[in-house]
Amino acid sequence: MAIVTLTIDGEQLSAQDNESLLEIARQHKIEIPTLCHLDGLSDVGACRLCLLEIEGSNKLAPACTTRPMEGMVVHTNTEKLKKYRRMIVALLASEGNHQCSVCMVNNHCELQNLAYDTGLLYVRVPYLYPNKVTDASHESFIIDRDRCVLCTRCVRVCHEVEGAHVWDIAGRGIDCTIVADLNVPWGSAESCTSCGKCVLVCPTGALVKKGESVAEMEKHTDFLKYIVTARRKGEWISIENEEE
Amino acid sequence: MTVEDLQELAEQEQQRQEKFTNRLMYCAAAGCVSCGSINVRDMLKKALAEKNLAATVEVVGTGCMGLCGEGPLVKVLPEGTLYQRVDETVARKIVEEHLVTKTPVKDNEIDTSHPFFAEQMKIVLENCGRIDAEKIEEYIAVEGYAALARVVTEMQPAEVVEEVRKSGLRGRGGAGYSTGLKWGIVRKVQSDTKYVVCNADEGDPGAFMDRSVLEGDPHRILEGMAIAGYAVGAQQGYIYVRAEYPLAIERLRLAIKQAERLGLLGNRIFDSQFNFRIDLRIGAGAFVCGEETALIRSIEGRRGRPRPRPPYPSEKGLWGMPTLLNNVETYANIAPIIRKGSTWFAAIGTPKSTGTKVFALAGKIRNTGLIEVPMGISLRKIVFDIGGGTPEGTEFKAAQTGGPSGGCIPAAHLDVPVDYESLSSVGSIMGSGGMIVMDSTSNMVDVAKYFMDFCKDESCGKCIPCRVGTVHIHGLLERIAQGKATTNDLPLLEELCMMVKETSLCGLGQSAPNPVLSTLRFFRNEYEELLQEPATFVPSGTDTPPTTH
Amino acid sequence: MKPKVATIWLGGCSGCHMSFLDLDERLIDLADKIDLVYSPIADVKEFPRDVDVTLVEGAIASFEHEELARLIRRNSRFVVSFGDCAVTGNVTAMRNSLDLDDVLHRSYVELADTTPRVPRDYPTIAELMKQARPLHEYITVDAFIHGCPPTADQIWSAVTELLAGKKPELTHVFLRYG
Repeated sequence: MAIVTLTIDGEQLSAQDNESLLEIARQHKIEIPTLCHLDGLSDVGACRLCLLEIEGSNKLAPACTTRPMEGMVVHTNTEKLKKYRRMIVALLASEGNHQCSVCMVNNHCELQNLAYDTGLLYVRVPYLYPNKVTDASHESFIIDRDRCVLCTRCVRVCHEVEGAHVWDIAGRGIDCTIVADLNVPWGSAESCTSCGKCVLVCPTGALVKKGESVAEMEKHTDFLKYIVTARRKGEWISIENEEE
Repeated sequence: MTVEDLQELAEQEQQRQEKFTNRLMYCAAAGCVSCGSINVRDMLKKALAEKNLAATVEVVGTGCMGLCGEGPLVKVLPEGTLYQRVDETVARKIVEEHLVTKTPVKDNEIDTSHPFFAEQMKIVLENCGRIDAEKIEEYIAVEGYAALARVVTEMQPAEVVEEVRKSGLRGRGGAGYSTGLKWGIVRKVQSDTKYVVCNADEGDPGAFMDRSVLEGDPHRILEGMAIAGYAVGAQQGYIYVRAEYPLAIERLRLAIKQAERLGLLGNRIFDSQFNFRIDLRIGAGAFVCGEETALIRSIEGRRGRPRPRPPYPSEKGLWGMPTLLNNVETYANIAPIIRKGSTWFAAIGTPKSTGTKVFALAGKIRNTGLIEVPMGISLRKIVFDIGGGTPEGTEFKAAQTGGPSGGCIPAAHLDVPVDYESLSSVGSIMGSGGMIVMDSTSNMVDVAKYFMDFCKDESCGKCIPCRVGTVHIHGLLERIAQGKATTNDLPLLEELCMMVKETSLCGLGQSAPNPVLSTLRFFRNEYEELLQEPATFVPSGTDTPPTTH
Repeated sequence: MKPKVATIWLGGCSGCHMSFLDLDERLIDLADKIDLVYSPIADVKEFPRDVDVTLVEGAIASFEHEELARLIRRNSRFVVSFGDCAVTGNVTAMRNSLDLDDVLHRSYVELADTTPRVPRDYPTIAELMKQARPLHEYITVDAFIHGCPPTADQIWSAVTELLAGKKPELTHVFLRYG
């Protein structure tokens, strides 16, 4: 581990070289939008919202899995990045059935907030209106796959924190879905401990608690910080941990 | 096995072959097998038996001889006469007329002085059509494993890396990274365990270069990998080959077994301290597993999804260990480079793109098949001399290289030299070697739509731009093709393409928009012709009143 | 001359228009400033020409809606998607993943209190499309008012900005979905 100096949005900073650019930026109150990232879980670099421009590189780099280098000059909020982030949120909105007005997490939804933060006035691409399986077989929870953004937080929290690995991904491309065990109804997934961590980390209304009504449910992810304090700082961004 | 043993084996095999007055080489690659070359083999043997030639003429199944569109092919050695479209009747004639009465079967004879053959240069495919892929002795008889012997007994690993670097060889999988530099990086990483991996997950539509090498000359890959293992300090190699190549898998299995039996793979190779083993891993049909990080995960038995780089596989690859990953064709070049020297190899092609490249020539062209040409040859030569041009009455329009990651090169750029930099300067890529020729009857919007359809189906779904973006790009192309799109949709199409290209996680997504962007660059009018003007406000009095429904 | 304003109710629940009425006393101010030439709350049969601003509530759910949308576009300088159904499809589009016949059967037969019958064979009832989709997928839309429904304050802010001639596509004082 070494200390490096770098520039983020014109600000000269020093940081440890085993931290991610995202961690460093956030320590300095520089906001970068994220979706698949969650403090306490491994990073997968999948949502592409935290992409940054690094001078001298012709490729955009995800803040969550990129480590700082001496003299690096980083831009987090260029016009190009803003446009691409807005388009990414638009793609997510088009991919699912996100009727906010009848969603349990309405007004407490990370996707909604991303739409506001990126200024998504409307979705220019046609909505795809999927028809994936909604599963209410679990006694306490429901998974509405049409509201799923495939961030895989549930997969990771279940594998990395709870250690049960109930969730995984089936299918590929636009047909990807989250499945319990070997694609059985959640209620009959024997590995599930009903701990509810997946529901809490889900950024949208895809995983919800039964008995809640529209706009009633708030998600809390703070618990993760306490559970994973035993982990060394910087370990969260190590690729080897990713087990989705 | 010692170096002397190897030489003795080679001599024995050469003597065995010399005993035959003729050798009949029938193509036993997947293309010719599928159009009946096994029946041809049986008929050749039957006819030989009838003429009492079975003891003096050998029938040999061999690798791809190139002119796949005219198969099954049979070559008569030592004359070198090549016959096309050989069925059982022709097979009988070859025995009864060519061998017995010494009159070639004129109707089926191919003129081998034709540019299709004359303009080619074979290094990777040198043994295809020359040896029986299922006999290690035949490979050894044509200097097979001599390069490995030399490397292990005479050279230091660093020297091997340096030799490969000096040859100028670049990755044949498409990206064109210097092979020598890559080997050097893996060699320098400190680790007790390292791996050598061969990417044989050839998946571009219409591409069959790697398959032909694996089917026709599998030992060449094993030898190349073993040399790589010695150079970088690895003891274990994996060949990741797609399940859709059953014949290649079968021949690789056999080849590994044969090499192990002779001690060319295993412990103490050529009585040295060098141990090297190779195992096969069979892909399950996902295009994305050709991407190196996805391929590695697939070998590990996990879901084949890419991960962000760095770290690169050369530092953290298979099971977190330094891993050298090269393509089939790259490994196929290694033994000749060691045997004939880097200077010889570097003199072929252009200064920056050395050696040869294998292409699978397909589409609206007279001679379809597998060709190997020196780098720097003009596209015009490939299409018109080797390929014989487009069919009667049509005009050349474009050549598509690089498959779903590549682009279309229009007639105006026919004189572009085929090398890494020149092809990317005209908006395409070298790619792994697919080349599809299109003539005036081809519709470029359909071409782009076809490749985008492929990419959206093959997207792994991990990152959003590729998972959803490709679906929308394909949908837009569909609407444009149906004449339902407006002039507002073209900027949207371009924005989506740039976004998917710049923000996707792996090479699949980053290159998926290329066929659209390149056809937009050269054939924009074909898109524009299909667009409508969107409806706008019309003040009263300036138009005819609408008819009520 | 006062600007001509129209509002229309397509595939929605009329909630956005109810919210419009929530402008309460501000309606009186508005009535002075505009000429309401077409609206569910005004008895006009034909959609007029040369409208300055049209607020469209609801998704495009039937073939009649599609035709109306094109008429609105031709006859209006500014077209505004008014509420989440027009902007995203929203609740109207919740049936899109389902089979249309199943939806109709469920609504008009299974859940009917009296005379269960799918209202399909009446020539006066517009035929539903397989999917309800947002307005901008059919015509060019100039501005968006979000919300299910938009609040009276949102509507007031958007309308006063539009009447002041501000560039409508940049107008999103209250960006909120749901």
